[in-house]
Amino acid sequence: MPDTTRRRPLGHLVRRILPLAGLTLLVSACSLVQIDNPQNAWDPRGPIAERLDGLFWMVFWIAVGVFVVVQGAILFAVVKFRDRPGRAMPKQVHGNAKLEITWTLIPALILAAVAVPTVRGVFDLTRCDSGALKVNITGHQWWFEYDYPDYGITTANVMVIPVDTPVCASMTSEDVIHSFWVPALNGKRYLIPGQTTVLPLEASEPGEYWAQCGEFCGLSHALMRARVVALPPEEFDAWVADQQTYPAEPEPGTPAFEGLQIFQQRGCAACHGVNYGPDSEFTNLIAPEAFNGPDLTKFATRDVFAGAYLPRDGETRKEALAAWLANPPDVKPGSFMPNLGLTQEEIDKLIEWLETLK
Amino acid sequence: MADVAQAVPAGTHGEHESTGIEHRKLGMWVFLSSEFLFFGAFITTYLLFASRPGLARPYPAEVYDIPFTSVSSFVLLMSSLTMVLAHNAIERNDQSGTRTWLLATAMLGSIFIGGQVFEFTAFVTEYGMKLTTSPAASAFFVLTGFHGLHVLVGVLMLFSLYGMSRRMGGLSPKHHLNVELVGLYWHFVDIIWIVIFTVVYLLSKPPL
Amino acid sequence: MTATAERPTTIFRRPKATTGIWSWITTVDHKRIGIMYGYTAFVFFIIGGIEALLIRIQLAQPNMEFLTAAEYNALFTTHAVTMIFLFVMPVSAAFVNYLLPLMIGARDVAFPRLNALSYWIFLFGGIFIYSAIFFSDVTAPVGAQGVPGNLDPSDQTFLGGIPSGGWFLYQPNAGPVFSPGRAIDFAVIGIQILGVASLIASVNFIVTIFNMRARGMRLLRMPVMVWMTLVVQFLLLFSLPIIAVALFMVMFDRQFGTLFFDATAGGDPILWQHLFWLFGHPEVYVLILPAMGIVSEVLPVFSKKPLFGYPAVVFAGAGIGFLGFGVWAHHMFASGITEVAQAAFGLATMTIAIPTGIKIFNWLGTMWGGKIRFTTPMLFAIGFVAMFVIGGLSGVTHAVVPSDWQQTDTYWIVAHFHYVLFGGAVFAIFGGLYYWFPKLTGRMMNEKLGKLHFWVMFIGFNLTFAPMHWLGLQGMVRRTWQYPEGLNLGPWNLASTIGAFIIAASILIFMYNWIRSKRHGEPSGLDPWDARTIEWTIPNPTPEYNFAKPPVIRSLDDFWHRKYTVDEEGRAVRRPDADELIARLDEEGRNPTEPIHLPNPSYFPIIAAAGLPIIGYGIIFHTSVTGKFLIAFGALLTIAALLGWGMEPLEEEHTETGLATAEAH
Repeated sequence: MPDTTRRRPLGHLVRRILPLAGLTLLVSACSLVQIDNPQNAWDPRGPIAERLDGLFWMVFWIAVGVFVVVQGAILFAVVKFRDRPGRAMPKQVHGNAKLEITWTLIPALILAAVAVPTVRGVFDLTRCDSGALKVNITGHQWWFEYDYPDYGITTANVMVIPVDTPVCASMTSEDVIHSFWVPALNGKRYLIPGQTTVLPLEASEPGEYWAQCGEFCGLSHALMRARVVALPPEEFDAWVADQQTYPAEPEPGTPAFEGLQIFQQRGCAACHGVNYGPDSEFTNLIAPEAFNGPDLTKFATRDVFAGAYLPRDGETRKEALAAWLANPPDVKPGSFMPNLGLTQEEIDKLIEWLETLK
Repeated sequence: MADVAQAVPAGTHGEHESTGIEHRKLGMWVFLSSEFLFFGAFITTYLLFASRPGLARPYPAEVYDIPFTSVSSFVLLMSSLTMVLAHNAIERNDQSGTRTWLLATAMLGSIFIGGQVFEFTAFVTEYGMKLTTSPAASAFFVLTGFHGLHVLVGVLMLFSLYGMSRRMGGLSPKHHLNVELVGLYWHFVDIIWIVIFTVVYLLSKPPL
Repeated sequence: MTATAERPTTIFRRPKATTGIWSWITTVDHKRIGIMYGYTAFVFFIIGGIEALLIRIQLAQPNMEFLTAAEYNALFTTHAVTMIFLFVMPVSAAFVNYLLPLMIGARDVAFPRLNALSYWIFLFGGIFIYSAIFFSDVTAPVGAQGVPGNLDPSDQTFLGGIPSGGWFLYQPNAGPVFSPGRAIDFAVIGIQILGVASLIASVNFIVTIFNMRARGMRLLRMPVMVWMTLVVQFLLLFSLPIIAVALFMVMFDRQFGTLFFDATAGGDPILWQHLFWLFGHPEVYVLILPAMGIVSEVLPVFSKKPLFGYPAVVFAGAGIGFLGFGVWAHHMFASGITEVAQAAFGLATMTIAIPTGIKIFNWLGTMWGGKIRFTTPMLFAIGFVAMFVIGGLSGVTHAVVPSDWQQTDTYWIVAHFHYVLFGGAVFAIFGGLYYWFPKLTGRMMNEKLGKLHFWVMFIGFNLTFAPMHWLGLQGMVRRTWQYPEGLNLGPWNLASTIGAFIIAASILIFMYNWIRSKRHGEPSGLDPWDARTIEWTIPNPTPEYNFAKPPVIRSLDDFWHRKYTVDEEGRAVRRPDADELIARLDEEGRNPTEPIHLPNPSYFPIIAAAGLPIIGYGIIFHTSVTGKFLIAFGALLTIAALLGWGMEPLEEEHTETGLATAEAH
């Protein structure tokens, strides 16, 4: 039988110092786990997220308590009861009814305590408040579409909401199951084809919060992102008013006008709506039952596009647009927007036109 | 280190059974308990879609021919009776009786399957309800299809036993258990059909 | 005694090979089957591990393009399928196969040929899934209303042709409309085939445990490993039919146009999730309970104390299994189920923490007051307890439903299940391999290398998976091919990737140790660990016939009580004749005095198994004549093999000697 009890002086020293060093390292590392970013459940920016955060930390610290007790007991046991020369054979204890009942009851009580805020949270937070601002979110592969039924606005990728106002996202999908997750404001919920789910949202401070699709939805799932922008109420109203205003038609002869013509002639108009108003000949509306890409009417008012994936890190908006229009499947694998083989000139004109859509 | 070399006849070593139930019988019961969940999942799926509004018509419950299915259900029920008779016969070592009742069971089972085929053909050609018509139709066909497959497997086993009995001039004592095992399986298939007939045919209604 | 003449009922006599490859192909010996399961599972472990390393390289930094999106999605899918179905489950089967009869005092399992069938179906199923590489038709995705997606040519590599869609194959994404092409069919049909193997095995082991225990081996005298195995087999028995139904439904949707999960036709994508998780949750207990069984064997031996609260550990295990059927929708808290459902499943999930906690405290109680020897198996067992606690605690956080809305589908969940599956199951599996290595080979694995393996793996494991906790809640979603710079997730992802390579290094240490120790390890003798249970009362390596004569059991931990008695203080005292007992057991074990009959080998299991993947290929190519032919041929092959199997005599007329030798396997 292998001899595991022989000790060496250096090993003895190492065994003393190692746990202490390890513990120090562990505690210092704890401070490094906080990440500074706009998609952070540990950085709640709204009342719902704060309540979830509170629930999380409550259970977390209970878990830490249990962790310390159990791991401490393990460490204690392996040190105190390790085999040493001369150590007597242990008492052959088969159990201890009192102890076993205690350590069955105590966890049960702790869990019962945790269960109460859990169930309360479920009933309080699953559904929306009546009177909340309605936003309909439709999931597509691989972008989120938002429409505001009360304002007659349709946008994509960037969802704008007023601060300190309960918002109710009513969600469905055009294709596969997606999930909308803006951790700063709430947990996530599925968007299911053929069904409607709701997600209450509320921001308590202005800001731009990052969101992502949380349910694997195909090839470019990782690139299906979104932004939620919370504005103070007056700014929100101004935004709504602006969104309800049609963009100005481009002047004939300008590159932007040529861009619009390319849009119409190269097939883009089959999937992308653009609304210059009921009286304009350039208005292109996509039938509700048809396959659609994002509505471009107010494209230039949004600072991200292509499922909030573009522009990428280290890229300007113009560079991103150029790369995207040149070869969408190369930028976003599986893209439903095809590579139309546009020339650089065509791309430049399209960009000119797109930037007039505000 | 005794050299105990002797020719030992096959089949003379007894099995030790802590429960007192033979291995294969216990095994068959265990397996059948699993099969309940198999059909349970299909039946539940059918129930989910059977009355769900908005699906393409016809719904299965709109095309059932209950009198016809009642007859084929009765046929299957009778086959369980003949199965019991086959088992009784082998217990009495009545080899020709066993063969008769095994064959009868297999025949009745085949008639049942024939009835199913006829019924499904009618659904497709007369009412236009195919496998691909709606989720409810899909659920119906796949559920009853798998049940039919189970009946077919049973029929094959019955014919095999019958064939073995003919070829060997009867089933030896160590093969008696096989009759019982096939019997258990057959009764199970029949019970599942009773559930299907009740829940799927008699009780489910299409949406208004 | 003259042989009774009986008309032969079979065409082929049963095979007689005892050495060489044919002996392995036709074997029905549970030990050999266990060994085959073990090595095959380990090969898949390496494959799954490489897949993990590729994933971790891709995620080491933001915006990496080491893998294409298609390749990444395929790799995380096959990583999970491989680790769950082709490693953890089969390696548990390896342990059960090898040890179960030894632990209950039997010569083999109840249905030896069925046992072999399970193995061959598993092997062919695993190969079938990976054969997708050769049949890959890397297709661009198709979107709503049949609008085609576009795949850049550079994205069309063979790796992208292996099954993707996640191991859970959520519908309708993994259905016919949105995942055209063949890749996912290999996963659907392959997993179905693997399910058949496990279902057959579960029937086999349940009958074995109920029916083949040695005299005196009452149920509450069985080792915990056997109890956990029993619970697992019932979990499989009742959960596999449900996934079989779900997989048939997907297969029919994909191949034959049914509409179960087609939302546009009124089908229900969430139905898939319910059915999948009704299987999927019991499945995770299938993965962990055998590991808990191993740990319950190892801890008492190296603490020199009995398992604390044996009945509680047994009933807690059964309780976990039973409750495990009632919590499936905790994987669906964000799916829009009602408040009542969320609350009910949240509460049910919390209750599972109670029997789990009982086991952990009982393991602690086992070590407490003991005389602990830190052998390699013990290190892994203690490591299991420590790491499983972490995984279990993060599991409790998931039960807090509103908090789970943040946690679900993020790396917080990935951290949880890797702590319980790797820090839990995999640690225990390695511990078990070191512990029972002497039974297999008659030798000991090298302790120094073993300890090195443990510590390197422990460090690598924690470095890989601990950061995933805080990465997840701070913005990193699951199944994500890339993440942007702006999320600042790079540094900890890099740490995690480094950890993964450290794990890989530890596996290499283990492999070297295993191969070297098989040939050059110290001879173990009968009882190298001073163990408690009866698999250690027979020579090492295990003789072909296991027990020279069936043992008679007088108590739980029967072997221990034959070696030790208790003094007035309750301390164990080694009996003066203990060493003599061991020597006698060894001698008697090698020299049986009564005739021993072993089940005969058979050709039919491997042939019957071969029919299933053939049917699988046929279904995938069913629109062609070849496909239809393959379906028919595969079905006929299986049916013919089963008929032959049914007709072959249970035992052949044979000559017996008492000279069955203890063969090194």
